[in-house]
Amino acid sequence: MSTLLYTRYELRRTLRNRRFFLLSLGFPLVLFFLIAGPNRHVHDLDKTGISAPMYFMVGMVAFGTMSSMLSCGARIAAERAVGWNRQLRISPLTTWAYFRAKVQTAYLMALLSMLVLFVAGASLGVSMSAGDWVEMSLLILACLIPFAALGIAIGHMLTPESIGPAMGGGVALLAFLGGTWFPIPSHGFLHDLGQLLPSYWLVQASHVALGGHPMGAKGWIVIVAWTVVLSALARRAYRNDTGRV
Amino acid sequence: MTTAILASGLRKSYGEIEAVRGIDISIDAGETVALLGPNGAGKSTTIDMILGLARPDGGTVSVFGDTPTAAVDAGSVGAMLQTGALIRDLSVRELVAMVASLYPAPLPVDEALELTGLSEIAAQRTQKLSGGQAQRVRFAVALVSNPKLLVLDEPTVAMDVEGRRSFWGTMRGLAAQGRTVLFATHYLEEADAYADRAVLMAHGRVVADGPTNEIKAMVGTRTIRATLPAADLDALRRLPGVTAAERRGEAVVLSCADSDAAIRALLGVHGDARDIEIVSAGLEQAFVQLTGEEAPSQAVAVESVGS
Repeated sequence: MSTLLYTRYELRRTLRNRRFFLLSLGFPLVLFFLIAGPNRHVHDLDKTGISAPMYFMVGMVAFGTMSSMLSCGARIAAERAVGWNRQLRISPLTTWAYFRAKVQTAYLMALLSMLVLFVAGASLGVSMSAGDWVEMSLLILACLIPFAALGIAIGHMLTPESIGPAMGGGVALLAFLGGTWFPIPSHGFLHDLGQLLPSYWLVQASHVALGGHPMGAKGWIVIVAWTVVLSALARRAYRNDTGRV
Repeated sequence: MTTAILASGLRKSYGEIEAVRGIDISIDAGETVALLGPNGAGKSTTIDMILGLARPDGGTVSVFGDTPTAAVDAGSVGAMLQTGALIRDLSVRELVAMVASLYPAPLPVDEALELTGLSEIAAQRTQKLSGGQAQRVRFAVALVSNPKLLVLDEPTVAMDVEGRRSFWGTMRGLAAQGRTVLFATHYLEEADAYADRAVLMAHGRVVADGPTNEIKAMVGTRTIRATLPAADLDALRRLPGVTAAERRGEAVVLSCADSDAAIRALLGVHGDARDIEIVSAGLEQAFVQLTGEEAPSQAVAVESVGS
């Protein structure tokens, strides 16, 4: 008995799904070249001190990885719709092992999306020390934790028909308010609102390039708070979801 | 002998609808039992409670002396649920192997595929199967867990005649290995052919529980109807297999315990019988007789005819 095998099959299924490549990998990549390409020589985007390719690379990583994490929810919703969820419940697979497999698969997909965009960024002249690349990657992966919980929660609450629009709209809104498309002003309403969202801190990972640590205590508190709230929601959604759909 | 399933006073409602209204069932390890009843009798809800998928509103259920969840966690239970399709983007073999990986002592994947007749389509993707093939994969998924208790909710629904035959052939082999089998069906023939015992459910209650031949005698009556103006009713009642006879205009209606013997005898005596119909009483009708209750669907039908 090994949940490692189970996770491997989950991953294989996900890789075989062409929609994933189109949306999670292709879409952010195309957007990156469309936005950052014409601005590749802008070294200080909107006085942030960050070059346009760097800023939009991290912005698109935020967009792509958020989609990757939430698409875990779309897969759960599809499994529920065909009753597979009930089949799993009458197996010895524990709740934790089930969540772990889902989260691992989502993370591997996010990692793939991130690496593809890093390569794209480097091709437009983004360069950092190896240490900075690693620090930035780790920050991004940490900021994705609440999105893993959100993916599971919506997967158990929505139907395959409603989850597409919910995800598309949700990711677009979170990306917009987090500063994926353009830098959030350094003060004012958008700034205050953005700082309360995990997507804001995801995008802030680009500040690694400026040296120092972009995630202050405030950033970590926001990430941890969202993780706690959304994990509780995910657990509840999973518990309440035993009926025939 | 150990008890595989013990349910007592089990009740479950969904909103206004009382799906299960207090049932007691005890199934010994090694038994093959049919849960027999028309649609809406409460079979699926009962199975959901036995599997721990639904929480009873009242009463208790245990599986191998423990809670359903504990039995499931121990890997003792394999089930084929009524509603359910397969997840996509895996081959038949991969799907069965994926499920096998979750259990402590699964069957070899090849053996499960062989037993369910899937070896030849093992490489096919699950989204490209016919209804009957998908049903067999679901059987393989239930089987590969190598369960002590196998629960099947209307397992042969999407299968063709050949599929059914080989399905029940495999089931017989599994039951012979000492596994406990509980299957829901609304076919009296399936219960009669493959179960030692049948538990008859109607309107959320158990209305009869006993060896299948007894249950069959109880609900398996057929009627012969024939146009036969001159026949003597008393003589007809004495024909082999006939339990009752009555006249309706030019026709006679014979209730039969053994309609095969009755029709042979009838034609032997009255070669001129015309417009012969042999009709199975059907479960729904048998339940009405057994419970003395009018089935809700029939009551509606009668009203609409009258209005």
